[in-house]
Amino acid sequence: MIVYVIYLVTRSKTVGLAATSVTIFGFVCQTIAFLTRWSHSYDFWVASNPTSSLVESLLRAAPLRNLYESLIFFVWSLILIHLLIEFKYKNRSLGAFVTPVAALALLFIDISGTTKEIQPLMPALQSNWLLFHVLLAFLGYAAFGVSFGAAAAYIIMITENRKEKTYIFWSIIIGIFLVVLIAMGMDFLGLSAEERKELIQSHFLKTTFRSDSGGVAAASYVIGIAFIYLIWQFGLGLKKVLGSLAVTPQMLEDIEYKSIAIGFPLFTIGGLIMGAIWANSAWGKYWSWDPKETWSLITWFVYALYIHARFVAGWRGKRVAILAVVGFVAVIFTYLGVNLVLSGLHSYGSG
Amino acid sequence: MEEKEKKDIFESVWSFLASVKLAIGVFIIIALSSIIGTIVEQQAEPAKNIALLAKFFGDSAAPSVYNVFAKLGFMDMYRSWWFVSFLIIFSINLIVCTIDKFPKTWRLVKNPLRPLPENVLKTLPVKKEVKFKTHLNIAKDEFVNILNSSRYKFLESKEENSVQLYSQKGKYARFGFYIVHVSIILILVGAIIGARFGFTGFLNLPEGQVSDMAFSQDGKTIPLEFSVRCNWYDTKYYEGTDTPMKFQSELTVIDNGSEVMKKIIEVNSPLKYKGITFFQSSYGMVPNAVGTFVLDITPNGGQSTKVQLRPGGSFEVPGTGIRGTVVNFSPALTQDRNTGALTTYSDNMVNPGVAIQFSIPGMQPFTGWVLKRYPETGALPGGHSVKFADYQGVEYTGLQVSKDPGVIFIYIGSILMAIGLYVAFFISHKKIWINLAHESQGGKGPVRVTVGGNTSRNRLAFEKEIEHILSKASEAIEGRSKK
Repeated sequence: MIVYVIYLVTRSKTVGLAATSVTIFGFVCQTIAFLTRWSHSYDFWVASNPTSSLVESLLRAAPLRNLYESLIFFVWSLILIHLLIEFKYKNRSLGAFVTPVAALALLFIDISGTTKEIQPLMPALQSNWLLFHVLLAFLGYAAFGVSFGAAAAYIIMITENRKEKTYIFWSIIIGIFLVVLIAMGMDFLGLSAEERKELIQSHFLKTTFRSDSGGVAAASYVIGIAFIYLIWQFGLGLKKVLGSLAVTPQMLEDIEYKSIAIGFPLFTIGGLIMGAIWANSAWGKYWSWDPKETWSLITWFVYALYIHARFVAGWRGKRVAILAVVGFVAVIFTYLGVNLVLSGLHSYGSG
Repeated sequence: MEEKEKKDIFESVWSFLASVKLAIGVFIIIALSSIIGTIVEQQAEPAKNIALLAKFFGDSAAPSVYNVFAKLGFMDMYRSWWFVSFLIIFSINLIVCTIDKFPKTWRLVKNPLRPLPENVLKTLPVKKEVKFKTHLNIAKDEFVNILNSSRYKFLESKEENSVQLYSQKGKYARFGFYIVHVSIILILVGAIIGARFGFTGFLNLPEGQVSDMAFSQDGKTIPLEFSVRCNWYDTKYYEGTDTPMKFQSELTVIDNGSEVMKKIIEVNSPLKYKGITFFQSSYGMVPNAVGTFVLDITPNGGQSTKVQLRPGGSFEVPGTGIRGTVVNFSPALTQDRNTGALTTYSDNMVNPGVAIQFSIPGMQPFTGWVLKRYPETGALPGGHSVKFADYQGVEYTGLQVSKDPGVIFIYIGSILMAIGLYVAFFISHKKIWINLAHESQGGKGPVRVTVGGNTSRNRLAFEKEIEHILSKASEAIEGRSKK
């Protein structure tokens, strides 16, 4: 299924009915896979907790418990929102910018070596809040992902030359994304199957940037920077591709803002409020400035900033598009960075 | 003169405090400074952060950098004077801006909707014009029907030659943002009340023991006004694994000498008494504690009996002459993969086992390990069995004890925020004016219908709604004229 979705991403860039049908097919496959996993994990839960009621078991078994499952769900929601937009705007072109985000996430799932097994549910997660907290937070993340795709496309469309700050900004961001992912891919290839399971914890970027040999590390930086330079050099080519599609900057900005307008309440209610209520019922503290909490607050502030800048201060265009990109970088760090790099209450998600 | 100047200063300070510029600045500062707190471990032992700093500044500079950072409050950042000041500025900004803008919105909502002259109608952001060959009253009836069915409460104004229907929906959506702002203020108030009148303490309570106090993080005692006893603590594991399924302890509350409450607590399911909540937060082994072994002894085909033994104690399997003596204990027993020797692999009771020396009539005495997790290890020749039920009194339950009178504000604030966000982002304030007039004087000629409107958000959907209303109306009017 994973391969399938990656495949569909490459296809949807060619635009057309084929892309939509492949996306829908992939989406249906993924939905089935998700439900299958839910049913397996339900059996798994019932096997060790035969006394729990049907509803409780269903809630507990929701496949949203670790990094792997949540990433899969993230990709699913991303595609869902993309499809909704596609049908609402009757325009396929945005897929070219949203599906790559989904593809990168899938690639990340594969090379980060997160465990794919159904794991028993640890005590802290045994709460009815699990499903709602994660579900809403991830729908929010996915909406932010869509706004990121639209904002990136918007920036590409409106920038005219390589010297514009906005252009430099986005090409570097995209460059860093890709470089890290490629470097992780190299880690992945260099490791044995056993070591891959701990890729993020102990082997992250060890093959390249954090190599024990100084020469390799230095070379990696040179190559990495050269790669970002290439993206900067040839990124304008994307503008031509975009120009050939039926998208207008106005439409992209509209989508960018609307997905934030959907994502922000979802993220606030599901991520922050429900998280705080759950934390209060589990640990007796609704807020403890744990890195995950702090980063979600940072993310929240970035999007609050976006909304105020756009509505009250009247910012439009480039400036808010940059905020949408920054917001999604914060989302990625809240979601992955905190679990993988920093330790804290949420670190059980890294398994 | 002076009066006026003062007023100007006050006004400019006020408008600065209410400004979105300040809000944006504060958002950026709080977001950026919070990052420090996620990198530097908060309220940690100095050694930890010095080691972290050494990675960036080198071993020799790290301690002095640490001291500078500590002075700046980075080690307990969220309680530092400057971070708290930012939060205060944030709150002031929020309150002032809410007070500043509220009257305008209030007027907008309270002012009655008025009919608009046709030429003004045409300047509205959304407008449409259609003509029908029918009579004014017929057209009006149909529009009234459609407005009713889409739940618009409409008003009507009549002039000589024309009729205007006008309506609005969702005017209270304008308050959405205020609800969100107020909810944030409530949450901050709740946080202040919690910090001022509540506490967070810890209590490591060994099985069987009673305590009438908890301890704060800096070691001070917090009296509880009642006592709490831990009857037992237990970790349940997923079958056959070392993955914990449940951390549980049974607590009894003793108030004024009588037992008033008993509950098994686990993570996500705490005990509450007199505003104080006890959460299962950790556990561990009491150092050098000697507890009581609880064994289930079942002769072949007979009734099982429970015996309690101290280390070195003996028991007999009733009616068999089999005797056992407890000689050793391990909290986590495993067999070394290479040497085959038995070893203890954890300090916690992950896989506890008890070694029992058996003397069975007609057999050599032997020592066997009976494991709690694997009851079949206690099978004896002749179908008798000994099961290791528990080792009491050696574990402690780690409780977090907290009181937070502010939490009710947090909950109310959270609910308000959810409502406010919904209202602000998913409901829009829509106004529609529909003007119907005969083309020519004296009620003759086709009816010209001009529709105008505006909306607080989501114009695209609003335009579609108006188109929908128009197409339904024309369908109905044409349907009528055919009759």
